[in-house]
Amino acid sequence: MSSNNVIQDESQLSADIPNEQVLKWYQNMLTVNIMDSIMFEAQRHGRLSFYMVSAGEEAVMVGSAAALAAKDVITCQYREHGVFLQRGFELKDFMSQLTSNCNDPGKGRNMPVHYSGKDKVGVHAVASTLGTQIPHATGAAYALKMEALEDSTKEPRVAACYFGEGAASEGDFHGALNMAATQQCPVIFICRNNGFAISTPASEQYRGDGIASRGSGYGIETLRVDGTDIFAVYEATKAARRKALEDGGRPILLEFMSYRISHHSTSDDSSAYRSSEEVAQWKTPTNDPIARLRQWLEHKQLWSESKDNETRTQIRKDVIQELKLAEREKKPALSAIFSDVYADLTEEAEAQRQELKRIMSKYPQEYDFHQHVGGLGGL
Amino acid sequence: MSRLLRPAARLAASTRAFAKVPAAPSFAQRAAFARPVVFGSFQCRSYADNASGVKEYTVRDALNEALAEELEANEKVFILGEEVAQYNGAYKVTKGLLDRFGEKRVIDTPITESGFTGLAIGAALSGLHPVCEFMTFNFAMQSIDQVINSAAKTLYMSGGIQPCNITFRGPNGFASGVGAQHSQDFSAWYGSIPGLKVVTPWSAEDAKGLLKAAIRDPNPVVVLENELLYGQSFPMSEAAQKSDFVIPFGKAKIERSGKDLTIVTLSRCVGQSLTAAENLKKKHGIDVEVINLRSIKPLDLETIVQSIKKTHRLLVVESGFPAYGVSSEILALTMEYAFDFLDAPAQRITGADVPTPYAQGLEEMSFPTEQLIEDYAAKLLRL
Repeated sequence: MSSNNVIQDESQLSADIPNEQVLKWYQNMLTVNIMDSIMFEAQRHGRLSFYMVSAGEEAVMVGSAAALAAKDVITCQYREHGVFLQRGFELKDFMSQLTSNCNDPGKGRNMPVHYSGKDKVGVHAVASTLGTQIPHATGAAYALKMEALEDSTKEPRVAACYFGEGAASEGDFHGALNMAATQQCPVIFICRNNGFAISTPASEQYRGDGIASRGSGYGIETLRVDGTDIFAVYEATKAARRKALEDGGRPILLEFMSYRISHHSTSDDSSAYRSSEEVAQWKTPTNDPIARLRQWLEHKQLWSESKDNETRTQIRKDVIQELKLAEREKKPALSAIFSDVYADLTEEAEAQRQELKRIMSKYPQEYDFHQHVGGLGGL
Repeated sequence: MSRLLRPAARLAASTRAFAKVPAAPSFAQRAAFARPVVFGSFQCRSYADNASGVKEYTVRDALNEALAEELEANEKVFILGEEVAQYNGAYKVTKGLLDRFGEKRVIDTPITESGFTGLAIGAALSGLHPVCEFMTFNFAMQSIDQVINSAAKTLYMSGGIQPCNITFRGPNGFASGVGAQHSQDFSAWYGSIPGLKVVTPWSAEDAKGLLKAAIRDPNPVVVLENELLYGQSFPMSEAAQKSDFVIPFGKAKIERSGKDLTIVTLSRCVGQSLTAAENLKKKHGIDVEVINLRSIKPLDLETIVQSIKKTHRLLVVESGFPAYGVSSEILALTMEYAFDFLDAPAQRITGADVPTPYAQGLEEMSFPTEQLIEDYAAKLLRL
């Protein structure tokens, strides 16, 4: 898109983007944005311990996820709610995790925004450790490559990995890119360069030309893209996926340039290290990904002020409704504290489980086990 | 006696000459300009002259056979690490595997522990069963975040939907003549992590049976081998030579039965303890029971307690640092579960609380020796 959010040469667009799909993208971007603002406030009200918002990066997540295939394998950092949403996570799934209730696939074990979505949307469980997901994607891609060699009838798949420009300073990033290049793994490394690693600006994160310049050093084809333009993000990711599957597989690096409009997390106050004027200029229709897409839709007569207000109100209602419902759900069964440490419960864990049950049975007034599924019986 | 004074105490306790440390196979130096070099002969397995079908295997051969059998049995298994393919492994444990299974199953990696460990874990989370070789566990420090935060925790954190069937293996612990950064024991590090299983083979049978069990186990398993044992030969029973031989985790092996003292030990210290036990028998007529832990997580507390009920005395021997170690754990568990059966305070012999020195004399003082074990046992028994 040009700076006034018009696509000059529409022939460059893939043929497979019907208007309904673009509207769905917009709806998803809005949903991420509204969910973020509501949950940020909910954290301030003490309803959850932590939250991370992704304002400014909605196009990067939704656009890239839209260009990947449903069966591709994805590893994320922690600011990729848009990826989960675009791939089929529902508000109920988000709220179940954020309130750690019994419907959370992670069984209430993880801090908020650490979604576990391998079964539902093909996204590995989110980890707090920075950068570990990057070599995992290389490994997943290696497994996919082996799968393709064994069974050529299967649709070839890629792995995709999201990380910030700050995480790209971790050793894991370099190890992962080098391994992917030497093993020629079909993996797309997607860097969300949002300008900040908590308070550290990109200018202090690296001296070179961003993350993209590192790709050529590893022998990896690389593209740097405007991350606030969802069409550019979509087309770049689509081209990357095609290339990643050529010649038996190869890695591709994408660097999406955007701006972290929000604070790093609920534990951060970014006014301490950047000016409100700086932030404000990223909220304009030239820079904000949602405003940009909205303008495009309005040019195309696909959207209007009233539709926008109506949709926002509806999403806000839905989010609040799902949050309330999720808060009312029971917490995961007490047995979840011991299970899944190993594939089978160990003797020691079993002994501890029985002992805990004995103590809880003996002193029921000391424990609030009724909020858990099955109460004491769930242990 | 103060624990911190132990190295000096050792010196005093061993005025008799140290048993000469055998010319040890040196550590394969990892230098930017040189390929790793393995000294010491590569021993081949040979027939023992008896009719029972028992053969002599080096630990290296046993590990090699275990890997070959598992690669053969399951196409999801693959090996990766530095120098494992073309060079046959820095310690030749993977000898011949590249030729037999090809470069898709036996993969040489760049020198990037966090990269290839992460790759292996990512592949495991996607359904393959990688065997990740560390040239030594000293280098695994580069990727311990991946081992602990990714491999050990993902099953739990994903809510049970992402198992990580992976085996980490390589030499660990006391080596010879290689200084502080190449000669240390990480058993306690990995042994403390929920989600990991940790095994410490001593003999050739241990090595084969435990490694095969590790590869088949659906959980992440850390196999802590020992460089000084690779070239050592052990009898391997006919049953252990078969491809279906595995050793269950969490079951210690009583290597030598006795009634007067229990020595609980692991890895290379098992052999040292057995020699000390024989000497104690010869010199004092004492019967020492030697328990080879085989796995430290899960730990076979039952066997230890049963033995203490019989002997009423416990000595733990290990080569790790003294603080917060395997022996600390066993002594603590003994306090909890077997205190009433002890006739004397339980004791331990460990590595010294110093970075391993290079100078031979200092190095010898830093780790358990057969003489030291013998002397401590004699003291514990008031001989």
